[in-house]
Amino acid sequence: MTVKTEPISINLGPQHPSTHGVFRFRVTFDGEEIIDVEPIFGYLHRGSEKLAEERTYQQVVTLTDRMDYVSSMLSNQAYMLAVEKLCGIEPSPRGVWLRMIAGELQRIASHLVAVGFLLQDLGSWGTPLTYVMRERESILSMFEMLCGARITNSYLRPGGVFMDAPDEFWPTLHSFLEELPHRIDELENYLTGNEIIFARTKGVAVLPPDVAVNASITGPMLRASGVDWDLRHRDPYDFYDQVEFERPLHTAGDNFARYWVRMEEMRECIKIIRQCAQKIEPGPVRPSHDEVPFLVRPPAGDAYGAIEGSKGELGFYLVSDGGISPYRCHVRAPSLINLTLLREMLIGTLMGDLFVSFGSIDLNMGEVDR
Amino acid sequence: MNERFLDNSLFRNIYCYMAGDSQGCVSHGYDSGFLPSGWEWVAFAITAFVIANLFIQGALGGVLALIWGERRILARFQNRVGPNRWGPLGSLTSVADAVKTMFKEDIVPDQADRFLFNLAPIVMVIPVLMVFAVIPIGIGTVVADINIGLLFVIAITSASGLAIAMAAWASANRIAIFSGLRAVALLVSYEIPMALSLLGVLMITGTLSMTGTIEAQHVPFIIVQPLGFLVFFLAALAEMSRTPFDLTEAESELAAGHLNDYSSMKFGVLFLAEWAATIAGAAIITTVFLSGWRGWEPIPSHIWFVAKLVGVLFLIIWIRATWPRLRIDQVLAIAWKGLFELTLINLVVTAILTAAMSDREADGSLFSAGELWIMAAVNWAVFFPSIWLIGKLLAAKPYDESKGDALPEYPVATEEASLEGVAD
Repeated sequence: MTVKTEPISINLGPQHPSTHGVFRFRVTFDGEEIIDVEPIFGYLHRGSEKLAEERTYQQVVTLTDRMDYVSSMLSNQAYMLAVEKLCGIEPSPRGVWLRMIAGELQRIASHLVAVGFLLQDLGSWGTPLTYVMRERESILSMFEMLCGARITNSYLRPGGVFMDAPDEFWPTLHSFLEELPHRIDELENYLTGNEIIFARTKGVAVLPPDVAVNASITGPMLRASGVDWDLRHRDPYDFYDQVEFERPLHTAGDNFARYWVRMEEMRECIKIIRQCAQKIEPGPVRPSHDEVPFLVRPPAGDAYGAIEGSKGELGFYLVSDGGISPYRCHVRAPSLINLTLLREMLIGTLMGDLFVSFGSIDLNMGEVDR
Repeated sequence: MNERFLDNSLFRNIYCYMAGDSQGCVSHGYDSGFLPSGWEWVAFAITAFVIANLFIQGALGGVLALIWGERRILARFQNRVGPNRWGPLGSLTSVADAVKTMFKEDIVPDQADRFLFNLAPIVMVIPVLMVFAVIPIGIGTVVADINIGLLFVIAITSASGLAIAMAAWASANRIAIFSGLRAVALLVSYEIPMALSLLGVLMITGTLSMTGTIEAQHVPFIIVQPLGFLVFFLAALAEMSRTPFDLTEAESELAAGHLNDYSSMKFGVLFLAEWAATIAGAAIITTVFLSGWRGWEPIPSHIWFVAKLVGVLFLIIWIRATWPRLRIDQVLAIAWKGLFELTLINLVVTAILTAAMSDREADGSLFSAGELWIMAAVNWAVFFPSIWLIGKLLAAKPYDESKGDALPEYPVATEEASLEGVAD
């Protein structure tokens, strides 16, 4: 007796508990095995790039906050780098150190969220997520001290930051940096030795390095494939050439490697913040209004500013026609570009791996759709 | 008609209170009841109604308590407060949820098979409630002390897989069908180790009756039969679809699986049946492996039973709070490659031990406490090597742990590298 079988095509999302926002898959299954995936996005498109053409350079910062809303400090940083290149502004040293501290804190927060949600996708019912949220909470409280906002910070200004850190910020930062390695150890005790997590993540959705480079994958995802590419090291911006840090690499390129690289990067972030806190010196946090006016009016031309964001190379390309707002603003969003290999990664895996692999990319729909 | 139920003390105590001067009650030493003779059928009807209600309401109340308990305990594990608004410590939250569920609109999808769609919640809930009929919750407190209790339990718990498949198929939802197929796969795989693990217990007790099983446990069978307990516990987790085997309702993959298209009280009944199944599973584990209502004297037997039951439920919740979910191929591999072998080892060892000590004791049981302790020692000696062996066999393939060794130069894009489908 022969049984007639046929592939089944399922629509997952945009309303689905683990699509990290509003993402939609059209997946074709052969039993439990994935034979085709069609990613569909655009459900969170808000036209940020077009809106940027209607706003002054200062106002666009608020739009960048809302692109990758779990690492808005880093979005601010990338945008401000492009603006400073465009206008030729020399930023104040104290402002740069402050934005480096804020950026690295934001990177920790973003990686924490990535790890927590990856475990949520694995089916551990919320426990790792609540633990990482506790650490993220203290980072957000420090952001509140810095700029009064927790998620949509808008902390950076052309040439520096909005205001100097209050006195109580430094002891809080110090105690947080003392505490965090223990918290990461605690998380690793719970997760990294867990047999089920090994079984679920190792060897799943492998991304070979040459394919990753071809698709211009960047960030922790590329370093998990064994490619030593970090803009903080290869093309240092701000004062990253003055700090020492390691770049954790893993050669497996699977879900576990992506998880492991993020865990290790958090420890490197702590090192960087410590060095920044030592090297920072008193001074103005941004140039005076005589040097950099509120309405910056860059000369006609274009500039591309890119940083190592928490998800990969985050770049802003700005074109100026000499007016008070950008003529064109384009974002190189790492979430979107890291998404391009999703189909290659997923084909041949099982349904249970679908959302785990998707979560291991660590993307943010706000940044994918913009 | 009623005489054969009089051996059951739960029935007798209620029935003979009303119809005490019937012949059976007199022979059991009861004085006259308040109903005149000839009205025994009224007493019978009232007794049956009271007992059935007692157990069904008890099970449903237990479900509400379990949902509340799980929320509170999970919250503690997760560094949260948990429900704390309705009633003391939020204990009425489940009641509020039940009321809310009742007032929801009841939707049947157009494409659904209406008959099966409506039948599935009933098929789901009835077997679960029937399990409670054979579980002794105290000395003499059992609805039906049938002599095939264990067999009945194994047979009737497998109906949940049928109900899930039915709900999934009838709702004509593709995501739900995944859930239904997984439920059937789990059922087929885990029913075998589950039944085989009880066979070791059966050899020691020599009876299928639940009360007989408890009476034979001079030493709790969790100590005498560690392999049997482990296998039965894992298989029961799979049958109840609890973490780490909660594939049928895998929230991060299938949303709610077979529950996707259900709403209002049909959803409520399916949900309730699932939680009642958890309590039923825990009650079976308590009865068969934790010596049920047995305990030390001043504390009543019912309290012992409930305390052990709560302990098992806490363990289940603890596992849920801690472990991620396994993938379907791994779950099935554990059943066929791991648990099945473990039960076979357990069976062989138990068979040899029972044959070696097969003299009947003075009190009628097959084995005395001393003999059970000897069995326990041998079984624990077998337990660790066999777990280690199966763990070695099941372990994942060796994995390249070369962290930190970067590629010497970052690779240049080559023609061979697959560009198919990249950024079309």
